[in-house]
Amino acid sequence: MSTLSIFYVVLFYAATLILVVGVARKILQYTRSPAPLKIPTTPAPTTSTGVAYRMAREVVLFESLFKSSKWTWIFGWLFHFGMLLVLLRHLRYFIADVPFWVAAIQPFGKYAAFMMVGGLGGLWARRFLVDRVRYISTPSDHLMLALLLGIGITGGLTTFGEHTDIITLKIFVLGLLRLSPQPVPQDPIILVHLAMVATLMIIFPISKLLHAPGVFFSPTRNQADNPRERRHLAEWAAKLEK
Amino acid sequence: MAAREFEVPKLTGEIKVPALQEGTMAGVKGFIANEKIQEALGYPGELVEDWHDKAIGKMGELLGKYRSLQVFMDACVHCGACTDKCHYYLGTSDPKNMPVARQELMRQVYRRHFTFAGKYFPKLVGAKDLTKEVLDDWYSYYYQCSECRRCSVYCPYGIDTAEITMAGREILDSVGIGQKYSNEILGKLQRIGNNLGLPGPAIINTLEGLEEDVLDDTGVPVKFPLDVKGAEVLLITPSADFFSEPHVESLIGYAKVFHAAGISWTLSSQAAEAGNFGLFIGSYENTRKAAMRIRDAALDLGCKRIVVGECGHAWRVAYSFWNTMIGVGDGAEDEFGKKLQAQLDHNYPQPAHICEVTHDLLTRGVIKVDKSKNDDRVITFHDSCNVSRASRMGDTPGGQFTIPREVIKMVANNYQEMAPGTTHEATFCCGGGGGLLTDDLMEVRVKGAQPRMEAYKEVVDNNKVNFLALICAICKAQFTKVLPYYGYDMSMVGGVHQLVSTAIELPGLGEGPAEAEAEVAGDE
Repeated sequence: MSTLSIFYVVLFYAATLILVVGVARKILQYTRSPAPLKIPTTPAPTTSTGVAYRMAREVVLFESLFKSSKWTWIFGWLFHFGMLLVLLRHLRYFIADVPFWVAAIQPFGKYAAFMMVGGLGGLWARRFLVDRVRYISTPSDHLMLALLLGIGITGGLTTFGEHTDIITLKIFVLGLLRLSPQPVPQDPIILVHLAMVATLMIIFPISKLLHAPGVFFSPTRNQADNPRERRHLAEWAAKLEK
Repeated sequence: MAAREFEVPKLTGEIKVPALQEGTMAGVKGFIANEKIQEALGYPGELVEDWHDKAIGKMGELLGKYRSLQVFMDACVHCGACTDKCHYYLGTSDPKNMPVARQELMRQVYRRHFTFAGKYFPKLVGAKDLTKEVLDDWYSYYYQCSECRRCSVYCPYGIDTAEITMAGREILDSVGIGQKYSNEILGKLQRIGNNLGLPGPAIINTLEGLEEDVLDDTGVPVKFPLDVKGAEVLLITPSADFFSEPHVESLIGYAKVFHAAGISWTLSSQAAEAGNFGLFIGSYENTRKAAMRIRDAALDLGCKRIVVGECGHAWRVAYSFWNTMIGVGDGAEDEFGKKLQAQLDHNYPQPAHICEVTHDLLTRGVIKVDKSKNDDRVITFHDSCNVSRASRMGDTPGGQFTIPREVIKMVANNYQEMAPGTTHEATFCCGGGGGLLTDDLMEVRVKGAQPRMEAYKEVVDNNKVNFLALICAICKAQFTKVLPYYGYDMSMVGGVHQLVSTAIELPGLGEGPAEAEAEVAGDE
């Protein structure tokens, strides 16, 4: 195997390890840190079913963002759901026998790249055009958008520009999964695409991308509004009663 | 140190998002607490020598104790959803009053000390060391936040700046920088039993005076009982209700409600305060210590129900935290909780808001009113932030909005809502909550009130509104002071129970208690 292939193989194993271990550690930290007080933002559901419904609206529809800013909502939603469709479409590289539903969403996943790139473009434009958003943007906010946009554009090019050799790609990906590394495709666009994806995986657990697991642990959203009915006591707070 | 001069915003009746102007409020700081005040709460008397390491250590401790803080430090993506939601930003144009920027004051230090990216690439992710300048910024801007949670409604991750402000204040206190106003009041509450530092005899005098006043006005001997063992209801109300205007009018309202319904009730001299500034400074221990007086009073007096008067943050502490901290509530399975809960009557919500009590009595027809007595008033209702976004009334979500409004509509004929987007969960803070109700922060208070004043102006101009109904002692004090800055008369401000007080019909001398009558009526 070429040095380039070895580099990509090592890169993806390392990136996967960092992503999985890094995010697992964060989730463990969130699970272990107590929420000593009831602080749901009210009006809030009074039951856990209601909380699940609220959380689903938050994660699927971005309900709070919708209340806040229609532009940020539309760009943010286009980006995230474009990316979801694109990711689902990518399952065909990870599963030897492509299930029918993955095959069925291929055309949607294909054009979802435009949703994703368009959404990212809108979000980035806001960082320049709205003075308040410009003020709070850090270099890493811009680089993150550049990285995601780069991933979207190079990915789009492999479909809508120079077609990449997806057979070699699938062999490479399945090789990684089966722990029997195979050569990486040599096409420069796919190489850039893959390198950027690995970078994203590596920075995920040390960046603001932690908003993805974080939202599920947000006490203002995931607590039921029932403090009068149930006594809620954290371990460290209970010690004050001794 | 006199507060600086400032220009009062001109009202247009419309809320506009201003272009940002950096640093406009950087110099605005409330007075710092002295040694005596700090030490009474268990904090160092002045800035400690190793403040940097102490502050970072405290931040680490809080990150481990509060999931909210840990998640909120990590999750923000700088999307900007909150940037135009804070009344202090809208009123001052200072970008550090945008919720995300206020959070960032702490997040930059969190990144530097607690994250990989911030340790090795500080510039890239906007991480900063905790310098004296940063600490000064904390003191300025964590005391220009009223912890109203409006930003948390709009954040896609539910990040609540109030949690970060509270942590910031707790860290500042732990290195010796406290705010005079909040900490002095909290000290008085812990030492004497109420925020105003009123000793027992002063309360007795006031209550006797009120009994005479009400007797003169109505001819009915309405009682204001204090420390009566075995009373059904223990009323916990902000101490401002005892002698501030217009607060006292609501206290008279509560007394008339209990009298008319024939419910025995009492105030407590050792727990003559619903307010709990421990919340404002983010100190669990101090909040709990202040609340313990209420538990003690409830156990001493043997009451069956605990009812809370008109006070926003107090209702948050009572509704959301009392069960956790002092066992006032339901569903306890431990000894500490069960001791008090076995005594309480669980046919009623514990604790109950006075609006819940009055609403129930009005709905069941136990108390009667003559609505026309409020006909000279055109009323609008200001949702208090802590009631709206940090608590509930009644059985269903949103009861905190419907119950006070229904009470108003049951006792008065003329009611007008303010513009959507300024009420209910989107309500704007009065500008004086969260420990800012002090003259040394008058500029913050006046400018922070602007969004609410714009909405108020609109209904005054278009709908002839002349009464701003409130259910919060801080809102009442703030608006009484701030309305004149905007050209309105302070007499436009009053409590919901002031309206109840005006309209309620008191059973005359010699008649039986109304509760019994209503039960007979219900049998027919």
